[in-house]
Amino acid sequence: MEHFLGIFVRAVFIENMALTFFLGMCTFIAISKKISTAIGLGIAVVVVLGITVPVNNLIFNHLLREGALSWAGFPDVDLSFLGYLSYIGVIAAMVQILEMVLDRYVPVLYNALGVFLPLITVNCAILGASLIMIEQDQTFAESAVFGLGAGVGWALAITALAGVREKLKYSDVPEGLRGLGITFISVGLLSLCFMSFGGIDI
Amino acid sequence: MSQQNEVLVDPIFNNNPIALQVLGICSALAVTISMSQTLVMCAAVIFVTTLSNLAVSLVRNRIPTNIRIIVQMTIIASLVIVVDQVLQAVAYDISKSLSVFVGLIITNCIVMGRAEAFAMQNGPYLSALDGFGNALGYSLILIGVAIIREPLGAGTLMGYEILPTVSNGGWYYSNGLLLLSPSAFFIIGFFIWAIRSWKKDQVEEPEYEIADNVQYREAM
Repeated sequence: MEHFLGIFVRAVFIENMALTFFLGMCTFIAISKKISTAIGLGIAVVVVLGITVPVNNLIFNHLLREGALSWAGFPDVDLSFLGYLSYIGVIAAMVQILEMVLDRYVPVLYNALGVFLPLITVNCAILGASLIMIEQDQTFAESAVFGLGAGVGWALAITALAGVREKLKYSDVPEGLRGLGITFISVGLLSLCFMSFGGIDI
Repeated sequence: MSQQNEVLVDPIFNNNPIALQVLGICSALAVTISMSQTLVMCAAVIFVTTLSNLAVSLVRNRIPTNIRIIVQMTIIASLVIVVDQVLQAVAYDISKSLSVFVGLIITNCIVMGRAEAFAMQNGPYLSALDGFGNALGYSLILIGVAIIREPLGAGTLMGYEILPTVSNGGWYYSNGLLLLSPSAFFIIGFFIWAIRSWKKDQVEEPEYEIADNVQYREAM
């Protein structure tokens, strides 16, 4: 149990997707002008990451990895070079399925997420989390916890940035820094703050 | 000729993918710790963006609109697999240190964004040029950031010693902050500031105009 709690805390604070790995930056910067939309996007990312990372883990361990196909009679086959293509396919398919399921059963959440759901396919944080999971060679349970943690961390970071930017628009910023420039510098400061979590160890 | 030039040169300063279009920032920040990593990354992005724009443009009239994203994704992912396999065979150390970021070229918004915005509407030759130009604009920013980060952070450039650090008996106290993530954000922020002070038309309109200070006597 402690092991899983450790993975979760590490994924949320210490190895934050957005602020230490720089993943999902494009959406992170583009959709952080309002807190409410940032929270909606954050929730969508948590859900998609929580599903795709464990699914990709299953695919890697049971289909692609060297020797993984021995149950089908091909013990020498190594399909791991097909990895990228399969992961992105899984992510695109998952997002599509999730969209249909939400539309049918939870229309409230579906309307709240709106255009963000399809956008998530090309969010580097989703693919990045799957690739990191494979690099660290996690088990299925670990990958489920890691996926959720990574999503929560990303959501936390984008909500925090949206909070900063909502206040920031009332301030007097030098001409050339207005908009994008000052956003980068605030993200840098946020990232500095998150580094102070670095000492936490469970 | 003029149109070709425009398509090629425009993204480098006037419409830079990182500084103005906000595309492809993720990998821009992470790989700039060392110059050699950055150069490999830039070469990979130039290769993928040019060829994916070319390929998407070639098949653009045969793709049904509602599955075009998946088709583009498949083209891009296949190109990235080629790059990744070549890197693992030729430059194994660098491919290890780039780790997940080679794979992340797939979701690099520059590739996808240019395929969707330019290659779907234009011919193969112009599209390839556009991909090349955008990748060059991206590379320019990356190399600029790496030139600042590596020497100041580690005292080296491309692995050669530029500023002899104190730990090696020199005089330069290396600034560890530049090897950590926040510094990349600051440097890109200042880059944008520099570009926008030079090209004034890129400055964004403020959402709220702050009123001039009212003097105490005037307010009476």
